[in-house]
Parts: sequence; C-alpha cells; structure tokens
Amino acid sequence: MPPTRKRKLDQTASTIHATSPPKRHQAEEFKEVEAALPATPQTLTSDKGMDSDDDFNSVASSMDLGEEMSSSVDFGAGDSDGDVEEYEDDNTGFEATAKDLANKRKAFETDFKVYSPQDIQNQQDGQVAEVANLLEQPPEATAILLRYGRWNKERLIEQYMDNQEELLEKAGLGQDIRRNPPRIETVIGFACDICCEDGQDLESFAMTCGHRFCTDCYRQYLTQKIKDEGEAARIKCPGDRCNKVIDAKSLDLLVPSDLTDRYHVLLMRTYVDDRESLKWCPAPNCVYAVECGVKKRDLLKVVPTVHCECKHAFCFGCTLADHQPCPCALVKKWLKKCADDSETANWISANTKECPKCHSTIEKNGGCNHMTCRKCKNEFCWMCMGLWSEHGTSWYNCSRFEEKSGHDARDAQAKSRQSLERYLHYYNRYANHEQSAKLDKDIFHKTEKKMTLLQSTSGMSWIEVQFLEGASQALQQCRETLKWTYAFAYYLARNNQTEIFEDNQRDLEMAVENLSEMFEKPTDQLAGLKVEMLDKTAYCQKRKVVVLDDTARKLKEGEWDLLLLTPC
Amino acid sequence: MSGNKRIMKEFADVQSNPPPGCKITLENEGDMNLWNVVMDAPSDSIYAGGHFKIAIKLPKEYPFKPPVLNFKTKLYHPNVTNDENGSMCLGMLRPDEWKPPNKIADVLKLVRTVLASPQPDDAVEQGIAEQYKNDRKAFEKTAKDWVGKYAK
Repeated sequence: MPPTRKRKLDQTASTIHATSPPKRHQAEEFKEVEAALPATPQTLTSDKGMDSDDDFNSVASSMDLGEEMSSSVDFGAGDSDGDVEEYEDDNTGFEATAKDLANKRKAFETDFKVYSPQDIQNQQDGQVAEVANLLEQPPEATAILLRYGRWNKERLIEQYMDNQEELLEKAGLGQDIRRNPPRIETVIGFACDICCEDGQDLESFAMTCGHRFCTDCYRQYLTQKIKDEGEAARIKCPGDRCNKVIDAKSLDLLVPSDLTDRYHVLLMRTYVDDRESLKWCPAPNCVYAVECGVKKRDLLKVVPTVHCECKHAFCFGCTLADHQPCPCALVKKWLKKCADDSETANWISANTKECPKCHSTIEKNGGCNHMTCRKCKNEFCWMCMGLWSEHGTSWYNCSRFEEKSGHDARDAQAKSRQSLERYLHYYNRYANHEQSAKLDKDIFHKTEKKMTLLQSTSGMSWIEVQFLEGASQALQQCRETLKWTYAFAYYLARNNQTEIFEDNQRDLEMAVENLSEMFEKPTDQLAGLKVEMLDKTAYCQKRKVVVLDDTARKLKEGEWDLLLLTPC
Repeated sequence: MSGNKRIMKEFADVQSNPPPGCKITLENEGDMNLWNVVMDAPSDSIYAGGHFKIAIKLPKEYPFKPPVLNFKTKLYHPNVTNDENGSMCLGMLRPDEWKPPNKIADVLKLVRTVLASPQPDDAVEQGIAEQYKNDRKAFEKTAKDWVGKYAK
C-alpha cells in the first residue's frame, strides 16, 4: 500500500477519534453525556396505555432504523408485526419527528421500552378489547383467537372476515360461547367417561363442544396441563379428538385460584413469546419484558443492546448479555468455538439439534424422526432438518446426509489447522479481558473498602468518594466491550476499515489499562488522584463510545467484510 | 380421584369384550397398573401366526397420563424399537395428544392396525423402514423368520 494512502487513512482515523463533530448542537451534547452512561430505559407507568403518543414515537423511530438498514423491509408480509403497521396507519404526521430522533442517536444505540408485568397485562387486555369490539366476539373468545393467530391482529381480522366459521373452528372455538355461558351442572343419567363415576349429584362440566366430564376429572386434567406441562394458551377439551380450546372463563370456574394465577402467568409468557417485538429480560428473577423494533433479519447489521429496569444490559437479538460491537451471529459462532473443548458443548452438539425455525435447542430422547418443536410447533425431520411436510414419502433422501456431512467434517478439520494460530491470537486477548474483568471485580470489592477507608482518613464525604465506584464500573464495561472487539476482529477480513478499527481498539485498550493501573495505587494517594481518575474514567467512556459508534455505523452500512464462513 | 374405578371398569370391559386378537391378564394379582397382553397378529399380515407379548404400564396419574407400551416379544417392524424395550412410537400415546377418555382397548386396536400396515415415514428403526420401502421381499422374509424364531 503506498504511504500516502496510509496517511490518509490515519487522518480519517483521527477525525473519527475527535470527539465533537462540527455541527453539534445542544441536543446532541445532551445525548453524548447520556451515551457515556448506560442508556436510560423508559418505563411505561401503568396508567399510560399502549396507545399513548410517546409509544408511537418510540416504535416508529426504531422502525425507522429498520428501514435504513434494509430497504426491503416489508411489514405487510409480516409474521407478527401487526401492531407496528397500525402505528403507521394511525399516525401520519410523525415521520419528521422520528427522523430527528434517529439522527440524534448514536449508531450503536437502539430504541426500546421496558414493560412491567402489569403493562404487559394491560397491553394484552387492550388488544383483546379492541379486537373483541371489531369482531363482535366476547373477550374470552377473542383472546383465544388472538393467541391462535399469534397476536397478529391484521391477519386475524382478515381471516375472520374471509371465513368466520373456518377460523373459529381452527382456533378451537366452534360455536358462539356468548349464548351458552360456561356453568357447572348436574345432569341426570350422566356418567363420567374418565373416572367412570356416576350418581345423581355428580357435578359435571362441558364446553360448547358437549364433551361432558365430572368437575373432579376436568379439574385434574387442567391442573396437570398447567402445572406439569406448563401449557396455557392451547389447552384442549379433554374429549377424545376434540380440538376446542379452553377459555379463561371456563377455567376460572373449574380450578382453584392459585392455579388460575399460574395460568395467567403462563398466558402472559406465551403472549411475550409469541411476539417478535417483545422479549423477557433474561436476568434471574427479573419480571420485566422489553419491546424493541429490531427484527431477526436485521441482526447482521445491528447489535440491539437494551437496558432493563433491573439494570441488566442484554442483546435483544439473542438475549445474551450485552456483546457490542459483535453481531449475534458472530457471538454465537465465537462462543461455540471457544467452548468446543468443554464437555457440555460436546454433549450438546452430540445430542441436540436446533429447531430450524425458532432455534430452540432440542434433545431427541426417543421416538421417530418426525419432530414437532414444542415451542413453535414446527414439524421437521431429525435427520435432514428439512420440513416434514415436504418429506412425504421421500424419507429415503435422508440417508445421503451422512455422506455429505462426513465430507464437510474432513474439510473443516483441514482448514482448522491453518486457522488455529490466528484463532489463538484473538482468543488470548478475548480471554485476557474476560479474566481481567473478573479481577477488576475483585478490585471493586477492595475499592469499597478503600472508599470507607478514604472517608475516614481524608475526611471526604461518601458522595466525594463515589468516583472510585464510577471508575470501577467504567472499567468493567470497557473491558466487556474490548473483549467482544476481539471476537469481532476474528471474523473481520482486512479492508480499508480494519486499520481504523484496530486503532480505535488500541486506544480504548490503552485508556483501560491506564485507568486499571490507578487502582493499584496506595489508598492514601487516592484522594489526591481524584481529578486524574475522573478524567481517565471519562476518557475510557469516550473511547468506548468511539469504538462502538464506528463499528455500529459501518455494520449498518455494510462496510465490514465479515468472515461468516470461517469454520468453527 | 377414582382412577382405580376407571381401571377396574376398563379391565372388566376387556375381559368381557376383548379387543380383536387380544388376551389380557394382570402381571401380578392385585396390581391393576401392570397389564400383560398377548396379541395375535392379524391373519392377513406378514406376522400372521405370531403371538406377541405386550406389557402395559399404567402410570399412577392414569388416565390423565398415557399408558406405556412395550413389546416383550422381538419383532421386526419399522415402528417398534429393536431393543429390550420394544417401544412403539404411537401418536396417540404422546403426552400432548393423549386424552383422558382414551381407552387401552383403543390403543390396542391401533397397535394392531400398525402391526398390519407399518408406517415407514414415522419409523423408529430407519434401517428396517428403508428395507420396507425398497426391498419388500427381504423385509418380509426377515419379519417372517423372526415370527418363527420369537413369536410362536
């Protein structure tokens, strides 16, 4: 490469290093400060329903992001983007505002919203009420319809208008339940087909399908489905071959309240699981869900980190802990690669496969090759992972699988020898930051002691020693980012951009090491180093923002050559 | 819950009106949850003349949970595992498809149907399924040999 060219690159690098773009105005400055801290999640207060204006803007601007990323985003063909579409319809004058918002945001930030369980319930209820009104069906039936249609309102309404009878039948609703509200009865001459009890005052229950069983059996059946099998949205009538789905009202009538609570929790879970734009926060015991407009197909171009109310930062795409700047697909490959030695990983790869549709991990512990995913109900063949429906009688094709995979495996092995060295380069650095982050955590605990000590020796107040905690946290976050830059770099092919990336990476690394070093100073000197430490902390954050912003922007614009085909 | 009454009634029913080709007894006197079935293969099937022992275990949650079926007699069939368990993959016995009103007699009828007409597309023994599809003669020969060897 000619030297002039290189100089030019360096210049570009330093322009990006510069912290303030020339046309910065006040709003941006504010944003900058915010970027240094973890983005503040907006939480809906429960009195503010889904339909408030704020909501429109937030969803709309995340959509805007989607549009920029791939021009072929087609919401109409949508799987479950039903209500996003609706926001668009309802709100015609907001586009300019949304664009403005998008421009002010850093490239690595994603719009999201955190919901409490109550918000989710309200959201669900709101949708049920709205559709119930439209279809002139009772709420219980509408809820079943919506669950059947995986909460895609538009498509559901369309199907309903097209063929009401067929839809009701398919969703397991058969008849109108308004005319026959569910009730427990005693019927003369009734004998329960499950327990074979009879008797004049045997209480029994049947839905409109007419399959009547005694209340004890009905209760036991529902209890088992809810408690043991964790089923809720699609519990069918106990009647032989009956597909009628039990509604919430009938259920409330039959089972004790602790079980209905569990039932509603499960329903809520399926509500969130069914929607692409909602995910549960994966932190242990966290009850919040996060809404984000980033779609699965966008994940090679954006790393949607969201921050839950519980302070946990995670990736909306794969629900792993925040892994910016590395895109999900690479993270997955990387982690798999790193874990290859571990017994667990070996076991998983030997005994499980992923559902080709929803990527749930599945262990086959018996039965035939005809698999039905418990989560998404996708039916596929265990051997070739193809759709079962396309299989029909040509099951025989699967025997060829063995041959091809054997060939691939040999190929992969040959390649992995060459790439081993390259891999180790990045892995050592990745692992080093992971390890250092752990050590930094230890330091943090010592820091706490130092802070108390500092308070007593220097006469500083509690608030004045908080800079240590701030520095420690910044250190952790930056190391996390650095760690993932190495995983990212492993999959990065050299081009004009990689040099800038490496410069940014190096700058962040230096800033981090400088700050880290300060923690080793004796406690009595710490008070005097406060200003310097604050400076270094701020500098670290700034470098982090530069790395993340640069990578995210180029990811979005497709300027990285990613080695997605590297054998892992 | 009177799962017991139900099991008693079912047992009485299969005694007075056994499903075609089936003789049903209890494994141990007084234990209603372990049934032994001897099933005569349908006379128009390749297993004709064979008597197959099937053990049926009723879980304590029965009839809310499905019964467990195991062939005790070795059998060359794409839908029955060729091991000591002799398990059969029946849709009806899957936990999410089983309905409490389903009866053992219905299950046995289904077993007999599958015995007469194997379903290679839902196989548990792929090798046997392939042979069934591509070399029916060889399949039938082994199946018949096995009947002679194990199921007389």
